[in-house]
Amino acid sequence: MDLTTRYLGLALANPLVASASPLNADLGNLRRLEDAGAAAVVLPSLFEEDVEAESARHDRLTRAGAESVAEALSFFPEPPPGDAGPRYLDLVRRARAAIDIPVIASLNGATDAGWISYARAIEEAGASALELNVHFVPADLDLTGAAVEQRYVDIVRHVRAMVSIPIAVKLGPYFSAVGHMARSLAEAGADGLVLFNRFYQPDIDLARLALAPDLGLSAPHDVRLPLLWLALLSGRVPASLAASSGVATADEVVKYLLVGADVVMTTSALLRHGVGYMGELRAGLEAWLAARRFGSVAQVRGLMSQRNLHDASAFERANYVATVHGRRG
Amino acid sequence: MDGNTAVAHVAYRVNEVCAIYPITPSSTMAELADRWAADGIPNVFGSVPVVQQMQSEAGAAGAVHGALQSGALTTTFTASQGLLLMLPNMWKIAGELTPTVFHVAARAVATSALSIFGDHSDVMAARATGFALIASANVQEAHDTALLAQAATLASRVPFLHFFDGFRTSHELNTLTLLTDEQIAAMVPPALVRAHRARALTPERPVIRGTAHNPDTYFQTREAVSPYYAAVPATVAEAMDRFAALTGRRYELVEYEGAPDAERVVVVMGSGAETARETVKALAAAGEKVGVVQMRLYRPFPAAALVAALPTSAVAIAVLDRTKEPGAAGEPLYVDVVAALADAAGRGERTMPRVVGGRYGLGSKDFTPAMVQAVFRELARRDDAGRCAARNGFTVGIHDDVSGTSLPVDPEFGIESPAVTRAVFYGLGADGTVGANKNTVEIIAEHADLYAQGYFVYDSHKSGAQTVSHLRFGPAPIKAPYLIANASFVACHQFGFLARQDVLGVAAPGGVFLLNSPHGPDRVWHELPRPVQQAIIAKRLRLFVIDATRVAADVGLGTRTNTVLQTCFFAISGVLPRDAAIDRIKAAIRATYAHKSDAVVQKNFAAVDGTLAHLFEVDVPAVATSPHERPPAVPPTAPDFVRRVTGPLLEGRGDELAVGLLPADGTFPLGTAAYEKRNVSDEVPLWREDLCIQCGQCAFVCPHSVIRARYYHEDALAAAPPGFPSAPVNARGYPEVRYTLQLAVEDCTGCNLCVEACPATSPREPGVKALVPGPKAPRLARERANLAFFAGLPVNDRARVDFANVRGVQFLQPLFEFSGACAGCGETPYLKLLSQLFGDRAQIANATGCSSIYGGNLPVTPWTTDAEGRGPAWSNSLFEDNAEFGLGFRLAADLHLDRARTLVRTLAPRLGSELADAILGARQAQESDIRAQRERVAELTTRLARFVDEPAGRGDERARRDAEHARELLSIVDHLVRRSIWIVGGDGWAYDIGYGGLDHVLATGRDVNVLVLDTEVYSNTGGQASKATPLGAVAKFASAGKRVARKDLALQAIAYGDVYVAQVAMGANPQQTLDAFREAEAYPGPALILAYSHCIAHGIDMREGLAQQDLAVASGYWPLLRFNPAMRTIGENPFRLDSPRPSVPFKDYAYNEIRYSALARTRPEEAARLLASAQAAVTAKYRQYETLAALDGSQFAAGVQRLVATTP
Repeated sequence: MDLTTRYLGLALANPLVASASPLNADLGNLRRLEDAGAAAVVLPSLFEEDVEAESARHDRLTRAGAESVAEALSFFPEPPPGDAGPRYLDLVRRARAAIDIPVIASLNGATDAGWISYARAIEEAGASALELNVHFVPADLDLTGAAVEQRYVDIVRHVRAMVSIPIAVKLGPYFSAVGHMARSLAEAGADGLVLFNRFYQPDIDLARLALAPDLGLSAPHDVRLPLLWLALLSGRVPASLAASSGVATADEVVKYLLVGADVVMTTSALLRHGVGYMGELRAGLEAWLAARRFGSVAQVRGLMSQRNLHDASAFERANYVATVHGRRG
Repeated sequence: MDGNTAVAHVAYRVNEVCAIYPITPSSTMAELADRWAADGIPNVFGSVPVVQQMQSEAGAAGAVHGALQSGALTTTFTASQGLLLMLPNMWKIAGELTPTVFHVAARAVATSALSIFGDHSDVMAARATGFALIASANVQEAHDTALLAQAATLASRVPFLHFFDGFRTSHELNTLTLLTDEQIAAMVPPALVRAHRARALTPERPVIRGTAHNPDTYFQTREAVSPYYAAVPATVAEAMDRFAALTGRRYELVEYEGAPDAERVVVVMGSGAETARETVKALAAAGEKVGVVQMRLYRPFPAAALVAALPTSAVAIAVLDRTKEPGAAGEPLYVDVVAALADAAGRGERTMPRVVGGRYGLGSKDFTPAMVQAVFRELARRDDAGRCAARNGFTVGIHDDVSGTSLPVDPEFGIESPAVTRAVFYGLGADGTVGANKNTVEIIAEHADLYAQGYFVYDSHKSGAQTVSHLRFGPAPIKAPYLIANASFVACHQFGFLARQDVLGVAAPGGVFLLNSPHGPDRVWHELPRPVQQAIIAKRLRLFVIDATRVAADVGLGTRTNTVLQTCFFAISGVLPRDAAIDRIKAAIRATYAHKSDAVVQKNFAAVDGTLAHLFEVDVPAVATSPHERPPAVPPTAPDFVRRVTGPLLEGRGDELAVGLLPADGTFPLGTAAYEKRNVSDEVPLWREDLCIQCGQCAFVCPHSVIRARYYHEDALAAAPPGFPSAPVNARGYPEVRYTLQLAVEDCTGCNLCVEACPATSPREPGVKALVPGPKAPRLARERANLAFFAGLPVNDRARVDFANVRGVQFLQPLFEFSGACAGCGETPYLKLLSQLFGDRAQIANATGCSSIYGGNLPVTPWTTDAEGRGPAWSNSLFEDNAEFGLGFRLAADLHLDRARTLVRTLAPRLGSELADAILGARQAQESDIRAQRERVAELTTRLARFVDEPAGRGDERARRDAEHARELLSIVDHLVRRSIWIVGGDGWAYDIGYGGLDHVLATGRDVNVLVLDTEVYSNTGGQASKATPLGAVAKFASAGKRVARKDLALQAIAYGDVYVAQVAMGANPQQTLDAFREAEAYPGPALILAYSHCIAHGIDMREGLAQQDLAVASGYWPLLRFNPAMRTIGENPFRLDSPRPSVPFKDYAYNEIRYSALARTRPEEAARLLASAQAAVTAKYRQYETLAALDGSQFAAGVQRLVATTP
């Protein structure tokens, strides 16, 4: 069975990628993922907030009380240079040394500011590719959709100018025109798109009257939205496509491949079942392919994308209308 | 560069071993050595020196001695008490002719009071050890002399003590020409190093040293060293010659400056010599026949060089000593000079001039040119016969109204060049003023082609501390080791200072006054206090204002106004062209912050760019119009001492206090902190009585005793100010009783620990608790009125308060309040609790450290008294001896109690046996018991007074004897009320320097209570590692992370079997803390409480301190435990583990703190390894405790039952 695929120009042994999660900060987990058949790993994100807020906190706390009392002009040895960046770079280096599969680093931020300078350092540390997780909540009511889109494009363009390794952009579904946005990002230099990012959606703790910032794990029904857009984008944007969200079993992996994903990413399933579950996903994929006598992933990829379906309207409004009417009926 | 760095730079490079221990003001040298070694910087011999922290200076000296005997070039850095602890080894080292240099930032030795500041009393105490003593007068000299001393010690084999004035030189920033490594290496010839090594102990060529002698030989051995000492002056002189050839900087053993035919000469050493030399230059230029002799080498005393240096024309000589030797014929340098001159005169080499001695500058008292001039004027005084009438044993710089020794000083006299820019900045520690000024000094020294000097005066408070920066810049080297009195530029970075002190007293006429003001250029004049307006007008000052606080806040820098005000300084002063200055400021910002965060850099850049648009010059009106006078620092109703002494101290006028106003024996009244309304925080919590559940948690954790609770009859509210908040007390059965929680908002530091601790949340308002932080200003007047009313409510009766739970404790009056400890301090809540529970009968021995500073550093003390005048009797002896000091309290108390009981028995027939029996049999366990005993003792006192007053009839021997016994009993009658002896200190004391004593005291079985405020680091001296510092944490002296686990002091004490031991963390379990304090105090033997104290040196946001305590416990890092030997008497296991099994990984606790996370940022692999080790240690320790807790009572020896059973 030929499971190989290409993502961001990287030749992968299969389409299963462990997406960015805290699990992947542990070298043991990375090795287990490789053994279980992951074709690539995305390291946990280096957050813009880590870089800025943590270094600001470090600066503030090491300075607190300094130069106040004659006996204690400071409370720490000369503040060691550093921020979250070097620690992350170290993870990139160690991950590269520990495993043979591609290591994709991840930068999570929302501004076109200094944090993206880490892109180059990440490249130098040996990352095979870079995933930009632009997690931006446009809470400012004066901000127009066009401005938000431009922000994404600018970030990609800046990073593209900074590094030569492949870049993927993990984006959310909340654009007026996701397709146009996807194409703009590809034109700005993104080698791949990851669909979709899951935004911060806090719950409310009724007892404490406080927000409960719980980022729940994704569930199988979460595949629907990425499925739609992957189907629409497959073969129509000059970028690799990665599916993310809702992978619980090999079924979701197959569905994503059918609509045109080059790779399928998962975290929730691994958090639920352990990193060894990657092996079961792979086995499930192989079993499905074998049962239908497909010899390779390439044969199924995009089979059900909009471009390849005989009924091109299946993913568009006409089908929605039909569906709603069907329900009524 | 400052003096400490300048010295350490050389010392590190010419040594192979440094044995270190922190003590102000020398700690920086040790810290630098440790850091350089951690960074792998080599010495000039190509090896990286070994830097070893020791448990005390005594230990450091021992390690130095050993390393020297083993052939390593070895040094140490110390001061004051630290040097005194080294003395025994110094005698040994010198006796064995072992070359070494000890570098000493000379500091006062504690007498009736501790002083961290500079004088020569420590080095003078070392002058008999056999060490050569060599003094430096400024930063450059200190740098150079560090090397000269090294060269001389290797050549002479006589060890050297190199000293320079603490703070004045050790902390002064001044332009420095750094020695190159080649120059340094050239001064330490390899042959001499090899010779030193050749003398090392080695089994290959064994010798024996350290022998003991009999009367037949000891004397001769002492004399055998004489030739070595005789050679030292020449050896030093030769080194100085070589040094001059290498560097172009020439020094002499003894240096004369002044008129060649001077008639009046001053002899002085240390930084005072620089002031004297500059003054003499000015006076001599004006035609006065004056001169100065600067002593560099002091031991061996270079008598010949001194006599040669003194002009024969000198008829009146004043020898100035920066030390006091009570009862001596004169201070040490004076006596030496007199002896040298007498000898020369006796041999006919010269006539004997009049020589007088005087004291100056003790404890860093400023020593100015005007004082030098005063000395010369004194030398010029003649009696009727025309002889020199100068007083011997004079003082200069103070007003001595007791012994009349002080010389009058002309305040107008000055010698400073108009070419020198002099600037004084008043700031807060937290606003970055000092950091910015240090930066300014660097910018100017490097880029303006000017010489620069910076000196910084700090407050003794740890929160809201004021800093005053003194900066000079000029075209010639700045030789002015004294504070600026005539500043051409004065900046006040906090508007509030204007109402408290005379900020413009230092302003020179025609100068500039820069004010950070919330009031704009149109309003500011009207907001100034009248004396400020008057000073501006009288001195013709130009007034500039900026709202730096707003500019900083707008760009996201919070309260850090430093960048904004630094930009203003450059813009106004014109020291550099404006654009160039801004470029330099930005370059400095980039250098400071670039490795941290681009965002911080950008914010500071924005602050620089936004500054000039907000800087305005104000037109100064011709007359002062303000109705606001500066209020007195303390109210007129304050006690006499507070008004006459504390008040001037608070106003920054302590230098003006005459000798007679200060207690001769160091005895001060309590309760003075209450007079210092510091208003540190603009934001304070507001009490929401409708939400409050009256649990007392907030009052329990408040580090500054700002939160007070009382219950009272509702009728009392009739006189309350409008809106005075109260709530029905929420206990059953008190329908007419109200409850009020009152905050002393002017004493609140805004730490918010109370808000964090508050468990009561509003069911309707998200995020609102029963304490709500908010701006203070709009509520200040109301809160003042409320507090005044609250203070008048009756204090709750201690006998009716339930001491057994946190809720009850809130009603006990704290006898420790409003300390200057850091906002959110983790230590002070424990002390407050101690004071609430036992304060009215407590005697406290307090080790030197944070707690002795916020507890006992002038101007005020937080220890206070109750309405009956009772309160903790507190004293600090030393750092190292605190356990022994406290044990002494116990010994005396036990003795006096025993004697008092005997006397009560003896006098029982006359006193009435009922009273006597009641006193002797009193239980004194509960507060009500104590109350009853106090009443009995009061009655006893009354009856005793009667016997004493009764006239004894002639021959009535019995009555006479009873009266005598009564008098004796009255002198110790206090002891009949159970006294609570507390021994308090930090981990530096308990784990390191005082451990031997603590261990011994715990082993005595005596009833003492030891409270260790465990911050796991030397907090007071700035965060050096102690043996309590945890594995993996970064601290000074452990800059690469501590490699061994902290000492388990609890288990060590438990090993004795009869010591009550508790490990507590208030933030995790306040009730367990309370239980431990009460059990410890009740336990009739030794008790030890280890109290987790979060600290600013942990690198945490202090408002998260309690949460961190909780995590420390939840992670199993700090298990809560109690070991109560008394449990054995009922067959129970004395070891009780009070916290559950770890529920979070150690990392979740540790990595919230910079002390742990810092290493992960810089050396992640190392940090990960240490973290794994730390986790393993935590797990293993918890298992060990769990095993102990699981034993049943029968497995513990019953050896202590004797103790428990026999104690009354």
